Amino acid sequence: MSTKTQNNHAWWLVLPVVLLVAFNAVIPLMTVVNYSVQETFGDNVFFFEGVRWFQDILASERFHDALGRQFLFTAIILAIEIPLGVIIALCMPRKGVWVSVCLVLMSLPLLIPWNVVGAMWNIFALPDIGLLGKTLNALGFDYNYTREPMDAWFTVIAMDVWHWTSLVALLAYAGLTSIPDAYFQAARIDGASAWSVFRYIQLPKMKRVLTIAILLRFMDSFMIYTEPFVLTGGGPGNTTTFLSIDLVKMALGQFDLGPAAAMSIIYFLIILLVSWVFYTVTMRNED
Amino acid sequence: MRSFKWLVPTVYIVFLMLPIYWLLNMSFKTTNEILGSFTLWPQTFTLENYQTIFSSSEWLGGYANSLQYVVLNTVLSVAVALPAAYAFSRYRFLGDKHLFFWLLTNRMAPPAVFALPFIQLYSAVGLFDTPWAVAIAHCLFNIPLAVWILEGFMSGVPKELDETAYIDGYSFPRFFTRIFIPTITAGIGVTMFFCFMFSWVELLLAKSLTSVNAKPIAAVMTKTASSSGYELGLLAAAGSLTLIPGAIVIWFVRNYIAKGFALGRV
Repeated sequence: MSTKTQNNHAWWLVLPVVLLVAFNAVIPLMTVVNYSVQETFGDNVFFFEGVRWFQDILASERFHDALGRQFLFTAIILAIEIPLGVIIALCMPRKGVWVSVCLVLMSLPLLIPWNVVGAMWNIFALPDIGLLGKTLNALGFDYNYTREPMDAWFTVIAMDVWHWTSLVALLAYAGLTSIPDAYFQAARIDGASAWSVFRYIQLPKMKRVLTIAILLRFMDSFMIYTEPFVLTGGGPGNTTTFLSIDLVKMALGQFDLGPAAAMSIIYFLIILLVSWVFYTVTMRNED
Repeated sequence: MRSFKWLVPTVYIVFLMLPIYWLLNMSFKTTNEILGSFTLWPQTFTLENYQTIFSSSEWLGGYANSLQYVVLNTVLSVAVALPAAYAFSRYRFLGDKHLFFWLLTNRMAPPAVFALPFIQLYSAVGLFDTPWAVAIAHCLFNIPLAVWILEGFMSGVPKELDETAYIDGYSFPRFFTRIFIPTITAGIGVTMFFCFMFSWVELLLAKSLTSVNAKPIAAVMTKTASSSGYELGLLAAAGSLTLIPGAIVIWFVRNYIAKGFALGRV
């Protein structure tokens, strides 16, 4: 790209962004750090507790379980959505009216408010009056997502695949359409197989966008709250209680400010760490 | 083999449409039919659910509130992100890389972490329960995203454009508003789409920061679901109506959407 000029006056241009984001990020983060080292019994009286809450959270089984479920969930949806999105992008038409039709219809789930996504799948999966639940039961499966943990997991994962695979597909499609036709013509002349076209032309060209896709899907699935909360409420039992659901329960439900704040910080650090490691590793391989 | 390729997107789109169809189907049924029988399409077609929504000020107010903070947030995010993205795409300055990464870390912050501190912060500054509170709170994740996308689009504009304009005697503000912004309208459109999208679909913060006056449609729906038993038809109708703004917005940006998803970097 073009070379940038050194100019510290550019700070004036970024100042509004910095102020607005700092207002939103720094002050609340300070509040969280503040709570995480104190104990309160109400009436705004606080006692310094040091790192006790952090030790408690890191040792608590409840946190380990939620964290385990969170990693399992994120791993499963990434393993499904990334390959599926790439396959769909590879099969999408390249030109004509169908491109617009595909893009518009596929984007639709992305623009549905998250609680409506939850409510929609709730109605869709009800064992007695939902299309999915009724069909599965008619096919001989004993399906009931409000009672069976496995069914609840299946439904939450199906919902997430429904909700977000389009994002991966659209990103991959954007990467694919940027490949000049000459590449494919050259490959055809050389008699390259479909697999080698994919492996040596299409996949390398999609690497950048797939990095973005994996990062976005990792971050967002790790923060998932509204959809499973509306669909299953974290149940049956605690089997679909992911980190955010657990955190909100602790902070706004039980008002355990100290532990909730400590958990917030650990939670945020995990996301930052994984994103940073993933980003540096993929970018290093690129050079 | 090759000729069957269209099957994959077709099957996928059918899979996408099934839950949406079921939602629409439910919204046109009477409560009796929903609870009493399993029917693939409404046997007694009714608009009653929609009439309930359109005759209730609470429901309509919910939609109005949601659209209000979404529009405020979109305008605010894009307005402040434009100069910042220009600075990141054109200049090197003290701490620029660190600043950029810090902005992105805010996109990684789980809203659940911020819900409680936000309630306290916005109560302290007197914005609690106003559309402004939600609009500004959503800037937390929308501004980093807007800067990121716009920076991608701006880096694609050759620097010669700026240099020629300055030689021709344009001042920075005049160049920026008269020449630069018109050349990246596609990028701005895509950015607005993304800001609209993420503000429109977010619920946790929107619900936490409002109580009565600025309650978003999502919160009205949750209340209906829990207070008046389980009015599935009404809920389905309300849900169906929330699909409309998104569908309209998609239609406008359909030609840029793929590029926007790649954050202008393809």
